[in-house]
Amino acid sequence: MDTSIAQAGPGRRFPAASWPVCLTVALFLLLALVPVYSALADSPYVLLQFSRILVFALAAVGLNLALGYGGLVSFGHAMYIGIGAYCVAVASHYGADSGVLHLVLVLAVTALVAAPVGLVALRTRGIAFIMITLALAQMFYFLAVGLKQYGGDEGLPIRQLSHFGALTGNHAALYLALLACLGGSLLLLRRVIASRFGLILRASSMDARRVRAVGTTPLGYQLLAYVLSAELCGLAGFFLANLTAFASPAYMAWTASGELIIMVLLGGAGTLVGPVVGAAGFLLLEDVLKGLTDHWMIVMGPVIVLIVLFLRNGLWGMMSHSREDH
Amino acid sequence: MAFRKTLLVSALTLSMGLAAGSALAEVKIGFLATLSGSGAALGQDMVDGFNLALEEHGGKLGGQDIVFLKEDDQLKPDVGVQAVQKFIEKDKVDLVAGVTFSNVMMAIAKPLADADMTFVGSNAGPAPLAANQCNPGFFFASWQNDGQAEVMGQFATDRKYKDVYMITPNYQSGRDQVKGFTRFYKGRISGEVYTQLGQQDYSAELLALQAANPSAVWVFLPGGMGVNFVKQYKQFGLMGRIPLLTVSTVDGSTLPALGEAALGAYAGTFWGPDFKNPVSESFVAAFEKKYGRIPSQYAAQAYDSALLIDSALKKTGGKTVDKKAFRDALRAADYASLRGSYKFNVNGFPIEDFYAFEVAKDAQGRVSLKTIAKPLTNHSDAYFEKCKY
Amino acid sequence: MSPQLLFMQALNGLQYGILLFLLAAGLTLVFGIMSFINLAHGALYMMGAYFAAAAFRHTDSFVLAILAGLAGAMLLGVVLDRCGFSRLYPRAHLDQVLATFGLMLFCNEAVRMIWGSAPIFMSLPDALSRTVIVLGTPYPLYRMLIIGVGLLVALGLYLLIERTRIGMLIRAGASNRGMVSALGVNIGWLNTFIFALGAGLAGLGGAMVGPILSVQPGMGDSILIMTLVVIVIGGIGSIRGAFLGALVVGLVDTLGRTVVPALLSQSLAQELASTLGAAISSLAVYVLMVIVLALKPEGLFPVKKR
Repeated sequence: MDTSIAQAGPGRRFPAASWPVCLTVALFLLLALVPVYSALADSPYVLLQFSRILVFALAAVGLNLALGYGGLVSFGHAMYIGIGAYCVAVASHYGADSGVLHLVLVLAVTALVAAPVGLVALRTRGIAFIMITLALAQMFYFLAVGLKQYGGDEGLPIRQLSHFGALTGNHAALYLALLACLGGSLLLLRRVIASRFGLILRASSMDARRVRAVGTTPLGYQLLAYVLSAELCGLAGFFLANLTAFASPAYMAWTASGELIIMVLLGGAGTLVGPVVGAAGFLLLEDVLKGLTDHWMIVMGPVIVLIVLFLRNGLWGMMSHSREDH
Repeated sequence: MAFRKTLLVSALTLSMGLAAGSALAEVKIGFLATLSGSGAALGQDMVDGFNLALEEHGGKLGGQDIVFLKEDDQLKPDVGVQAVQKFIEKDKVDLVAGVTFSNVMMAIAKPLADADMTFVGSNAGPAPLAANQCNPGFFFASWQNDGQAEVMGQFATDRKYKDVYMITPNYQSGRDQVKGFTRFYKGRISGEVYTQLGQQDYSAELLALQAANPSAVWVFLPGGMGVNFVKQYKQFGLMGRIPLLTVSTVDGSTLPALGEAALGAYAGTFWGPDFKNPVSESFVAAFEKKYGRIPSQYAAQAYDSALLIDSALKKTGGKTVDKKAFRDALRAADYASLRGSYKFNVNGFPIEDFYAFEVAKDAQGRVSLKTIAKPLTNHSDAYFEKCKY
Repeated sequence: MSPQLLFMQALNGLQYGILLFLLAAGLTLVFGIMSFINLAHGALYMMGAYFAAAAFRHTDSFVLAILAGLAGAMLLGVVLDRCGFSRLYPRAHLDQVLATFGLMLFCNEAVRMIWGSAPIFMSLPDALSRTVIVLGTPYPLYRMLIIGVGLLVALGLYLLIERTRIGMLIRAGASNRGMVSALGVNIGWLNTFIFALGAGLAGLGGAMVGPILSVQPGMGDSILIMTLVVIVIGGIGSIRGAFLGALVVGLVDTLGRTVVPALLSQSLAQELASTLGAAISSLAVYVLMVIVLALKPEGLFPVKKR
C-alpha cells in the first residue's frame, strides 16, 4: 500500500516528491487529454474506447476497497454494475429520465441491496465468503434474466439517456464526468484509508481476532467498506448504461466479476491507483490481442499467469517502490 | 506501463486513421459475430460462409473490392456496442453485417440507428426489431427468430399430434419460440418445462416426460444444450418412440457431435443442405471442399447475405454513398438465393418458405438433414404490422 | 407426482451427485492439503473428456477411451505440478485464483484451436446404450454404470485414505502440513501425488460423461461452480464432506428442478408456475449453500485443524 500506517496521522500533507504521486498525476493528465486528441484526430472511437476503460477502472477502484484494503474477496461485485445500469434503464423505461433522479436512484438502490448482502456474507470468511458473494450475485443474474418485462436476457435498450440539460448524450461530457468521478473517488479513498476507519479496516483484513481483542468489532467497518465499494460499482454501472444505452444481465455474469478481480490484481490490490492501471492494461491488452488473432485468449491466459508469478504486487505495485509493509 | 500502452495505441490509431483516408473504389463491411466463448461455433460458421462467398467472387462484391473487417463480440452486449462504434467511427464502414446472438443485436440496434447505418443481418432476428423498433436501414437475410418454431407448429398440426410436450431454456428466446410454436399448433400442450440456461443434464426432465407420455415432444435447445438433450433422449430409449420436434437443436453445427444418436429427429428452418437448386448445390459442394464439413444453416445464411449485398452493389454500380438507393437495391433482393426465391417484408425481414427436415443419412452415408415437407409457404412473421416508419 | 417418479428423480439426483463427487474429491483434497485453489480443475475435467473422445475415435474401444481420459488427465496433473504450479502453493489464495483462471482461459482456447469450437463426437457402444427397468420405468443403463463407478471410486478413496500409509500422510497433511514436512516426509512428491490423484478423478469424471454430455470448449466452467459449491457445503479438505455434500447438492438440484414446478403447477396458472418454478430451481442450490454457511460456516463435515 502506498500510504503507510506511519504516515496516517492527521494533518499530514502528501509528500510532494514521491514517485507514485507524480505518476498518478501524469496518468490523469494523459487521460484528460484523450477528448482533446479525439477531437483533433477526428477519431470519436478513441473517446468511447477510453470511456469504457474508465467505467471498469471506477468499478475496479470500488472493488479494491473491499478486496485490496478490506481483504474481502467478493466474487459478485459485477452485480452492482448491473444494478446501476438497470436503475437507469428501468427508470427510463417508465419515462423518468432526469439525470439527477437516475443518480439518486442508483446510489439508493445499490445501498439497499449491498447492506443486507454484506450482512449475510460477512458472517463467513475465506472461501465461504467468496462462494456466498458468488451465489448471491448469481441470484440477481437469474432474476434479471427472468424479468421478461425488462427484456430478460435480451437486455433493455435505453431510449432516453440520463438527462443533464444540454450535456445529455454528449460523449466528451460523459468521459470528463467519468474522469472526475474516478479522480474524486481516488481522493476520497485516500482520505478513507488514511483515517481511523481505514486503519481498523486494514487491521481487520490482516487479523480480525486481534482487532476484536482490543475491543473493536470489525463487522461494522467491513460492512461500511463493502457498501461503499458497492456504491462505486453502482456508479460505474450508471455510466456504462449511458455509454452503451443498454442494460443487460450479461453485465452481472460471474465471469464479469471474475474479470473485475483480475483487473484489480493485475494492477495491484491494496494500492490506490493500481486498479486503474489494471483495468486499462487488461482492456487495452484485450483490444490489441483481438486485433492480432482470433485466438487471442490463448495469449491472454499465459500473460495473466506470468504477471501473477513474477510481478508480486501487480503492475502499479511494481512501479511504486516506496512501500514498507509488503 | 499504462501510459506506454496508451502511447502505443494512440500512435497506431493515428497512423491507421491517416492510412484509411486513401482508399477509393472499395466497400468496407464490418462483420460482427461471436468468435470466442460458448457461441463461437456459430460465429465461426458465419464468417466461413461469408468468406466463401467473397472468395468465389474474387474478393469483390458487385464489382467492388471488399474490405472485410471482422470483430468478436464475445457474446457480451457492451463489447458488441463498442465494436459497432469502432466500425462506425474509426473504420468508417459502409455497412455492418452478421450478428450471431439476439441480445447483442438488441444492444447494437440503437447505435446503428443513430448513425443511420445500413445493416444486413445474417442470423439474429429478434421480435422487437420486426415490430415497433424496426428500421428502414436494417435487412435480415436470415429469418425472424420465431419462424423456425412456427414451422414446427404447423408441422405438428399437419401431422395431427394429439398433444405436445414442450421443453426450452428459461430465457427470452425460449419464450418467444414457445409463443411461435403455439401460434400454429392448435392441439393440447401437455407440458411446458423451462430448463436452466446452459444446463447439461436433462435426466430429470426426461423422466418426467416419460411419465407424461405425450404424442410428441418439442424442444428449443441451441448449441451444447441440444447435444446434451438429444444424446440423453436417445439413451432413455425415447428416440423413435416419441417424435422429437426441434428448433435450432440439430443442425450442421451439432450433428457432427451427435452422429447417429440424432437419427429420426425433426427440425424446422428455411434451408437444408440437400436443396436442389443450383446456387445451393454449388454452395454446399464448395463449402465441403474448402472446410471439410457439411455447411450449417448459419454458414448458408452468411453466404446468402453476401450474395444479397453483391446484388445490391451491382444495382447501384458499386456505390453506397446514396443510402436510399443502396437500401432500395437491398430491398429488391434481386438475386438467386440458395433458399429459392423470397421477398422482403416492410420490416426488413424476409417473406420466405419454411421447411421441415428429418435427421437422416445422406447419399454419402453421413448424418445430415433431409427435407421432408414445406409446411409454410411465403410466410410472413407475426410482427410486421406493428412496424411503422 | 407419483412416489415412483419421485424415487426415480431421486435416483437421478444421486447420479448427478456422484458425478459432482468425482470432481469435488480432487478439488477438496488439493485445497485442503496444499491450500491451493485450483480454478483449472474444470479444465482438467474437460481434458479428460477430450482425451477420451479422441481415443474413442482412434480405437473404437470404450474402455480404452475411459482409461485414456483418466491417464491423460493424471499425466497433465503431474506435468502442471512439476512445471510451475508448485511455485504457486505458498502464494496467497488470490494469486492462485488468478493464475489458475489464466490457465483455464488458455486450456479452453487451446482445445478450441486443436478440436474446433463445435462440440465433438463421442458415443456409447451399443451394449451400454440400453435401458433397464427400474421400478417399472425404463432408465438408461449407462447412468446406473456411472453410479456404480462413482461408488467404487468412493470406496477406493475411503480405503486409500483410511487404510494405507499414503492415506495416513494425506490425513496428516490436511490437519497440519508443516508438521508432516518436519517429520521428514518428502512433501513435494506427496503434493504431486495428491494433485495427480485429483486431476485423474476429474479426468475420469469428464471421460465418463463424454458420451452423455456435449464435449465442447468451456464444458468445465459451469460444473466448476457447482463443484466449488459442493466443497464449501461439505467442508474443505474432507472427502466424506465432498461425498455427502455432492449427494445433497445433486438431490436438491434435481428435486428442485422437478418437484417444485410440479407442486407449483398444481396451485398456480401454468405460465406463472413454470416461470416461478424455473427461477426457484436455478436458485435452489445457492439458497441451500447460503443456509448451510449461515448455520455452519465451516461446512457440514469440516476437517478438524490442529
